[in-house]
Amino acid sequence: MELCDIIKPENLVYKKPELMNDAPMHYCPGCSHGVIHKLIAEVIVEMGMKEKTIGISPVGCAVFAYNYLDIDWIEAAHGRAPAVATASKRLNPEKMVFTYQGDGDLAAIGTAETIHAANRGENIVIVFVNNAIYGMTGGQMSPTTLEHMSTSTTPYGRDINLNGHPLKISNLLAQLEGTCLVTRQSVHTPAAVRKAKKMLRKAFENSMMGKGTSVVEFVSTCSSGWKMTPAQSNKWMEEHMFPAYPLGDLKNVD
Amino acid sequence: MEDDIKLMKGNEAVAHAAIRYGVDGYFGYPITPQSEILETLTVEKPWKTTGMVVLQAESEVAAINMVYGGAGTGKRVMTSSSSPGVSLKQEGISYIAGAELPCLIVNVMRGGPGLGTIQPSQADYFQTVKGGGHGDYKLITLAPYSVQEMADFVGLGFELAFKYSNPAIILADGIIGQMMEKVVLPPFLPRKTEAEIIAETPWAAQGKPAGRKPNVITSLELDASKMEENNIRFQAKYKKISENEVRYEEFHCEDAEYLLVAFGSSARICQKVVENARNEGIKLGLLRPITLWPFPTEVINNYASKVKGILSVELNAGQMVEDIRLAVNGKVKVEHFGRLGGIVFTPDEILEAFKQKIR
Repeated sequence: MELCDIIKPENLVYKKPELMNDAPMHYCPGCSHGVIHKLIAEVIVEMGMKEKTIGISPVGCAVFAYNYLDIDWIEAAHGRAPAVATASKRLNPEKMVFTYQGDGDLAAIGTAETIHAANRGENIVIVFVNNAIYGMTGGQMSPTTLEHMSTSTTPYGRDINLNGHPLKISNLLAQLEGTCLVTRQSVHTPAAVRKAKKMLRKAFENSMMGKGTSVVEFVSTCSSGWKMTPAQSNKWMEEHMFPAYPLGDLKNVD
Repeated sequence: MEDDIKLMKGNEAVAHAAIRYGVDGYFGYPITPQSEILETLTVEKPWKTTGMVVLQAESEVAAINMVYGGAGTGKRVMTSSSSPGVSLKQEGISYIAGAELPCLIVNVMRGGPGLGTIQPSQADYFQTVKGGGHGDYKLITLAPYSVQEMADFVGLGFELAFKYSNPAIILADGIIGQMMEKVVLPPFLPRKTEAEIIAETPWAAQGKPAGRKPNVITSLELDASKMEENNIRFQAKYKKISENEVRYEEFHCEDAEYLLVAFGSSARICQKVVENARNEGIKLGLLRPITLWPFPTEVINNYASKVKGILSVELNAGQMVEDIRLAVNGKVKVEHFGRLGGIVFTPDEILEAFKQKIR
């Protein structure tokens, strides 16, 4: 049998999502961003919303998210994505608006914007990629860095007396009356990816049903920042990140 | 038409003019002496009539980023604040200028630095016309000297902002914001329809229809050679604005031997100074820059060979005076007179300062 006999539409078991551009990704091998981008691309197309979606990209590793998904984007200043999204959505209520933010962007410099957008119940989706480190700037401590975890600014490990505690921002957001869904997912196994996609879809649906703010946290790896191989990173995440940031729904209002 | 003549504060006039101009969104945070803008909008409830969005943000930082998010979708959006709050907005203003988005900002200046005072000042001139935020950018700056101009400059500000895809700012002060005057409010204009917005701002992030490239609103360009190209494009735009949009007013300048230069409420007070001086036989004129950027450099340069001296009258320690000196390039004596930290000068003390410093 020749190769051309196999490569046929009826034999297709997987393809690149329609909304993913052919741009080479700048993300490191093993990084969770690529899978999360793919899930968002799939959900937007499956909902039939590709012409009505506006993405708000952050400052951080995902600053170039707009290179990878074939939709309209607004690139926000560091931490300001929820404020940007607030106006984009309020002025265009028929559009589907989401932010894509890392832990430094969302839980440090943008804490006020995040909490107040969620507290107002803005009808947006906040995709929160938590890898406990500032990846883009070279691996500094972030608000979600674990105790004793070493980074380039906590070379002897995070000392809670000096640096405070890891911030469980999703738990905090779940307390706000403006949020309808706050869930913690991961994309380190096929089963986790499937579950995460289901919750992502629900978040986007909530935003179009006017139910309030949905937050989907992805507990993620940063092989480069953590200085591990991708396989080691996944194992380390399961052993260290999941106990601090347990997967599952923190709030899911039907 | 007579129904549209009202007695109101400058701040209230801004709010009414915004609704009538068909503004899509206002985002603000309370700060004295401009809170009446947000308060008036919430009393008027334009979301029930024109559909205008009015939102009290959690901070000036959030408010200016809401403006960024609204402007990025092609909508007519604005914010207002006073000096300390406008300092907080500088990050967002720089991003808006860098992404070449149109919007309107209002600064009702108060005395500084720091928390300063709530009394009027013009000490944010440098911040407004020389940058304020990081990077090489310019704000189209309109300086109203009456409640009428507070109302009129809302429409003018948006017109210029959209013409050049650049932020515009109304640089007022506590006097103009708080004083009540007769004002003829502009006629009601409908808000732009979605089709009109797409036609007017084809670059806006409105959701990507099949067949068009994605619209990306950003000020980021890591390739330095491309970033330089962007900056060269900005500078070409600023040159065009400088050539076409200078606005100013002359008061008794025809036969003037001496010139006062003042903007905003200072210009209002200087009108009285000119009248008093002329009663004494002194041929004094007043040049009032209406656009502070672009600055009426050529007009002032022309006066350098006609008058014997120029006094810059400002409610600050001497800011616009530097631009006047650049304009006359040493050809004529230029001095500054100001009061600081929220104190407003009287016509008598300005005339006295003129006699001491210039005549």
